[in-house]
Amino acid sequence: MSSEIATKTYSLSWLGHFFSSSVGRKLIMSLTGLFLCLFLAVHMSGNLQLLKSDGGRAFNEYAYFMTHFAPIKVVSYITYFLILLHAFDGVALALKNRQARPVKYAATPAGSTWASRNMALLGIIIFFFLVVHLKSFWFEYKFGAMPSVTYDGKEFKDLYSIVKEAFSQWWYVLLYLVSLVALAYHLIHGFQSAFQTLGLSHKKYTPIIQAFGWIFSIGVNLGFAIQPLYLFFIQQS
Amino acid sequence: MKITLKVWRQKNAQDNGRFETYNVADIESDMSFLEMMDVLNQQLIKDKKDPVAFDHDCREGICGMCSMVINGHPHGHVKATTTCQLHMRSFKDGDTIVVEPWRAKAFPVIKDLAVDRSAFDKVIQAGGYISVNTGSAPEANSVPVPQDMAEKAMDAAECIGCGACVAACKNSSAMLFLSAKVSHMALLPQGQPERKKRVISMMKAHDEAGFGSCTNTGACEAYCPKGISITNIARLNREFLSAALSSEQPV
Repeated sequence: MSSEIATKTYSLSWLGHFFSSSVGRKLIMSLTGLFLCLFLAVHMSGNLQLLKSDGGRAFNEYAYFMTHFAPIKVVSYITYFLILLHAFDGVALALKNRQARPVKYAATPAGSTWASRNMALLGIIIFFFLVVHLKSFWFEYKFGAMPSVTYDGKEFKDLYSIVKEAFSQWWYVLLYLVSLVALAYHLIHGFQSAFQTLGLSHKKYTPIIQAFGWIFSIGVNLGFAIQPLYLFFIQQS
Repeated sequence: MKITLKVWRQKNAQDNGRFETYNVADIESDMSFLEMMDVLNQQLIKDKKDPVAFDHDCREGICGMCSMVINGHPHGHVKATTTCQLHMRSFKDGDTIVVEPWRAKAFPVIKDLAVDRSAFDKVIQAGGYISVNTGSAPEANSVPVPQDMAEKAMDAAECIGCGACVAACKNSSAMLFLSAKVSHMALLPQGQPERKKRVISMMKAHDEAGFGSCTNTGACEAYCPKGISITNIARLNREFLSAALSSEQPV
């Protein structure tokens, strides 16, 4: 007769235990965070088409492609879901971690970078930015009354003019720059932290991951920052 | 030396606690921080006041009993040092020093600066051992251990379980402690039979004790009196993820 150990099976409840353990929750943060890094790289490089001096044709055609090509649509819905998962899990973790110290210090220990201690705050700034950002462009593109342009007899929604209009306002450009600084700090800690959470710490590879994380965080955010600055200073003049 | 101390006074776990200010004179620069606290307590006893309760035992930096957050630094601002090995020459005459207990839900204050660290014992009891029959010591060469593995295991085993990692962590997480205990056995042949079961049970005990989770800030490593590295936390994550996902041990 088989022993109990050999025949016993678990119901799905072990998955719940796993993902609610402190490392399981961090695994969610790590994997969703790395996926969102990939998203940022694609989003930033695609939008560099705003810098083309073609009256926005390349950008509008790109926006049409991104919203009509089925596999991209599937990926974008996955992205929305993962942003929410990353945000909710992050807030849940931050609240739980706060409870682990009911009485605060009069003099708080440091020994770590500012960004690493303030990931939740930086995340909240990024989240509020996302609400404004999606309202301005994503919501308008999907549900707003958009101006249109015709290229080679085909009608396109003129997202470029909406973007250009938004970035003609100095405070809107400033909002973007402040949010990008928050994002850069969030990524500088988050990128290498994601690998540490996965247990990927190695004498040969960790220095490469850390260096790449820095270059990635600064590079992606500079790439984003150029876009509103270019439209504000060059295109409006 | 003359020092002004702002010391956390708390009658018991139920008391809210508050800072009291004391002036302590006649301090020699070669006194340890604990000897300075002894001077303060003598003064309080003379004045028929309640002396400050604080934990200490070996006063040689090896037992892990002493604690105290000194000016916001667990075990003081000197690197890789326990409070008992921190000397008054590291401070200036006339300094004001703020002294607090380890602050964590999992480490409730017993009195003043003494906290209850039995949550660490619960984590160890959950699996921080190897099950062997007692008897005479086995022949040393019967279990070969490569030198580099022995070194890494010993680096992890240096953990004295003082709790400075919990005190330093913004989340009061005990991941550095837990990772040291899991690592030193995961790296050695003797630890292999119970390796997966151990990490799963100890992680569960860690979470149930009310410690927070790890944000990889590295503050624990910065304040660890034994210089335990956070590469152990990466190993712990690796051990836990692989044990939880690939083994048939319940999570």
